[in-house]
Amino acid sequence: MALILTEDQLILRDMAKNFFDEKSPVERMRTLRDNRDSVGFSRELWKEMGELGWIGIPFPESVGGADMGYGEMGIVLSECGRVLAPEPFMSTVLLAGNAILLGGNEPLQKEILPEVCSGDRILALAFQETGRFSPYAIETKAERDGDAYVLSGHKHFVLDGHIADQIVVVARTAGGSVDREGLSLFVVDAKSAGLKIERDELVDGRNGARMTLDGVTVDASRVLGKIDAGADLLDAVFDRATVGLCAEMVGCFEEAFERTLEYLKTREQFGVKIGSFQALRHRVANLFAEMEFTRSMVRNAQNAIDEGRDDIAEATSAAKTRCSEVAALIGGEAVQMHGGIGMTDEEEIGLFFKRLKTAEISLGDAIYHRNRFAHLRGY
Amino acid sequence: MSSVDLDAFRQDIRSWIDDNLPQELRVGTRKDLPRELLSQWNKALISRGLVAPEWSTEYGGGGLDRKQAAIVKEELNAVRAPKLRTFGVAMLGPTLLEFGTEEQKEEFLPQIARNEVTWCQGYSEPGAGSDLASLQTRAVREGDEYIVTGQKIWTTGADKADWIFCLVRTDPEAPKHEGISFLLFPMKQEGVKVSPLKLIDGSADFSQVFFDGARAKVSHLIGPLNGGWTIAKRLLQHERTQDGGSEGGITGAMKDTIVDLVKREVGLDEHGTLNDPTIRQRLANQELEQLGLRLTMRRAAEEMRAGQSARDIASLGKYRWANMVKDEQDIAMMSMGTQGLGWTGDAFGADRLERTRAWLTTRADSIWGGTNEVQLNVIAKRVLKIPE
Repeated sequence: MALILTEDQLILRDMAKNFFDEKSPVERMRTLRDNRDSVGFSRELWKEMGELGWIGIPFPESVGGADMGYGEMGIVLSECGRVLAPEPFMSTVLLAGNAILLGGNEPLQKEILPEVCSGDRILALAFQETGRFSPYAIETKAERDGDAYVLSGHKHFVLDGHIADQIVVVARTAGGSVDREGLSLFVVDAKSAGLKIERDELVDGRNGARMTLDGVTVDASRVLGKIDAGADLLDAVFDRATVGLCAEMVGCFEEAFERTLEYLKTREQFGVKIGSFQALRHRVANLFAEMEFTRSMVRNAQNAIDEGRDDIAEATSAAKTRCSEVAALIGGEAVQMHGGIGMTDEEEIGLFFKRLKTAEISLGDAIYHRNRFAHLRGY
Repeated sequence: MSSVDLDAFRQDIRSWIDDNLPQELRVGTRKDLPRELLSQWNKALISRGLVAPEWSTEYGGGGLDRKQAAIVKEELNAVRAPKLRTFGVAMLGPTLLEFGTEEQKEEFLPQIARNEVTWCQGYSEPGAGSDLASLQTRAVREGDEYIVTGQKIWTTGADKADWIFCLVRTDPEAPKHEGISFLLFPMKQEGVKVSPLKLIDGSADFSQVFFDGARAKVSHLIGPLNGGWTIAKRLLQHERTQDGGSEGGITGAMKDTIVDLVKREVGLDEHGTLNDPTIRQRLANQELEQLGLRLTMRRAAEEMRAGQSARDIASLGKYRWANMVKDEQDIAMMSMGTQGLGWTGDAFGADRLERTRAWLTTRADSIWGGTNEVQLNVIAKRVLKIPE
């Protein structure tokens, strides 16, 4: 597959760009944040994206999807990133949606995924228990009780958890607290008895709920993948979600970069445009180089998934390492180069800075993914 | 050509390489290759027209189209064939094809393609490094000749070169960019003196060149009189494309990869993890950088073919490539510790001594062909279009 967009993909990009420019300026995200909107995104806009077939991009037609690839998914996500659209691609499609697609039996898929694709159903994945990303550090327990499992434990950073209809919960059915073996995934209804969900507002204005499971009963038919072997499923889900997140990050830091570049070309101090100062020119030229490399690496990871290559994990960790580093670099430089105005809440560059920080840390930062890359490379 | 024809062409090239390239040479472009074998291989390359695969056959080239040439390159790289990449092929040739008259092309291109004439590049001067356009070497017309006076420096291979392509000032009154011409003349003549420069890595491939009444034919001036600056810049683009576009990470071939070296020097623990977590991160970063450069150059080539973008990313490639190859040797030095501080002697081992020299040699990569700082200036001005 090519590293550049195909004719069809260019058309999709233009469509998505026009859609978000018209319906979702950055101001919309600010209003949702300031009003403490109870949903945190626009259900109407989400359904429109469902009608356009964008939510269903990675899902097969048999469950109402569009049966396209991560190249196409990435185009839509990059445009989301460009305008900071908070719609629930990460929670509903990339994380929980993928868990059901890759690990769910046919009845579960038929029950849940068509409504996901149409935008009528919101999902969440509850996995994180530690601060730093450590995918197998799970202490939430699931104990067998007849035809069911009983789940108890705590989760945080459950994206869109406060509004999800169903939550995929990662729990331990065997093994010690950080073992890769012994994990299992369960589809839990949000209204289940014993499940408490509290909304947390995050630094980027989005929602990551805190969950307490106190003896939540789940039928054995609602297990995803194999009992005790959930880590295999989880790895595949995280790789796809990470590649999706990378695409959003590319859109986000490209926009932050372009806004900063424009500022250097217009802001005057000492009677000249500040872009004439070599101290800034060299730094901004370097940011551009970083960005170009990162874009190539994200595209390579998308191709790895879409071609079913055997280096998906390696390509994903390569892309996320660079994305996380470049997010931190461009976010920081964007605020610095905007000077005092960059510190104000009114100037939008700060919103990009905070979204980039969240994405940088989500699903593993540069240190995590560089270690994983090194491990996969045999050292 | 159809894809079937291209596959057949690839098979043909592959079996030709099998027949002509001895195993001993399949180690990349190294200085310690057996001379006899190397010269036979170079002769084979020349007779097949593969020194300049894309030039037309009338100029001694291979007459191949771009896809075929790409196949040749891939197949040669795949077996780590040593390259015959001369200044003539890489830089002067493309410049002559673009700016030369028919007579000039016919006179010089076939000699270059047959590797009969060795060229050197007369650009930098003691007072004209990053500010190349301030060069002072003068050429004054006298009948059918120019008389050249002045001094060049950092001239690679000047002591072995037969000819020089040289930037000279032909109008001292004009603004500095508008009084420069691009001139070719022989090195083996009275009025040209070469004095090799020994570098920090112990090598002496560079020279200072002194011109005191050297003679050049007027018919060997390329492009318009006083129009040499445009040509000079184009040629530098060819130079930068050569580096950034080269297979990422290969700095002149080393005996083993940086990954193998680090594993050997630092060691792995019982889980197969490098014993030093910081060096492990540095090494992973180096591999990521190689991947990023390779992919970005490929993407740029695809964009160009598809007509999607005319962005000039040669400067970006040269800048990142330079940092990458320096970083590779920094990691090698870090991993070897005091075992990497040897200058001569069997005790250190040839592999380590070679790495230490490479660490020194690669310091030049962020200096020559436009320093990193110059490349960043070019990106800011020409790619990002930030007014100065």
